[in-house]
Amino acid sequence: MSQSYNRGLIEDFGRWREFSAGMWAWVFHKFTGWVLVGYLFTHIAVLSTALTSPEAYTTTIQSLESLLVVRLLEVGLLAVAVFHILNGLRLLFVDLGIGLESQDKSFYASLLLTGAIVIASVPTFLAGVFG
Amino acid sequence: MAERYSSFQRGGRRWLWQRITAAFLVVVLAFHFFLLHFVHHADEVTFAMSQGRMQELTYFSLMILFLLTATFHGVNGVYNALVNQGISGTKKTAAKLVLGVASAVLIVQGVRTALAWAGGVPL
Repeated sequence: MSQSYNRGLIEDFGRWREFSAGMWAWVFHKFTGWVLVGYLFTHIAVLSTALTSPEAYTTTIQSLESLLVVRLLEVGLLAVAVFHILNGLRLLFVDLGIGLESQDKSFYASLLLTGAIVIASVPTFLAGVFG
Repeated sequence: MAERYSSFQRGGRRWLWQRITAAFLVVVLAFHFFLLHFVHHADEVTFAMSQGRMQELTYFSLMILFLLTATFHGVNGVYNALVNQGISGTKKTAAKLVLGVASAVLIVQGVRTALAWAGGVPL
């Protein structure tokens, strides 16, 4: 038998002091999801310069990639995407009923692995931007 | 505060499709990042290189499927977030409409761009 209990309004971010690991995972997943869907629209808009001309596309991308702020934003995007992927895998396992007892540990593991992958990727993501 | 809104509908298919697209996107998004940032590098991008990849039917169809699944997963995620936040009635219908139109525009624009690179469907 499934049990339900009153958790209050879940989407009340004002309750953040009461949040446990699973709740933070939910908040981070939602935040990274908003960023990724926003980026998806921006990404297609930028790539659409290919419709103008091959030169317009190449110039646009190369001009953007020459800016340090764009490279830093890409590192941020990587962080957001890696966390969303790793926590998404965690959620798929939770949905399958696998590792429910360790859902807090798998959240911390997602965070640590995201940090490690992002730090290791910084040199590649910033390559060539300093001249 | 006993309200509890859920985007889950008994017998609905959106819940399942959100998970099916998730499983696909986990792999393809990781591949996309790896290919375009580690195998190739951001400052080396040219139209010709993108064109070379898009003229391969396997890559072209993977990218179209990537566009379709990412759009569904992202827009459905936004809709679920709004429903969980408690929107209903006219607001819910309006959200459905706006998100539907936005998805259609994104897909049309993405497919047009892919076709511009490939010079038509690469059969």
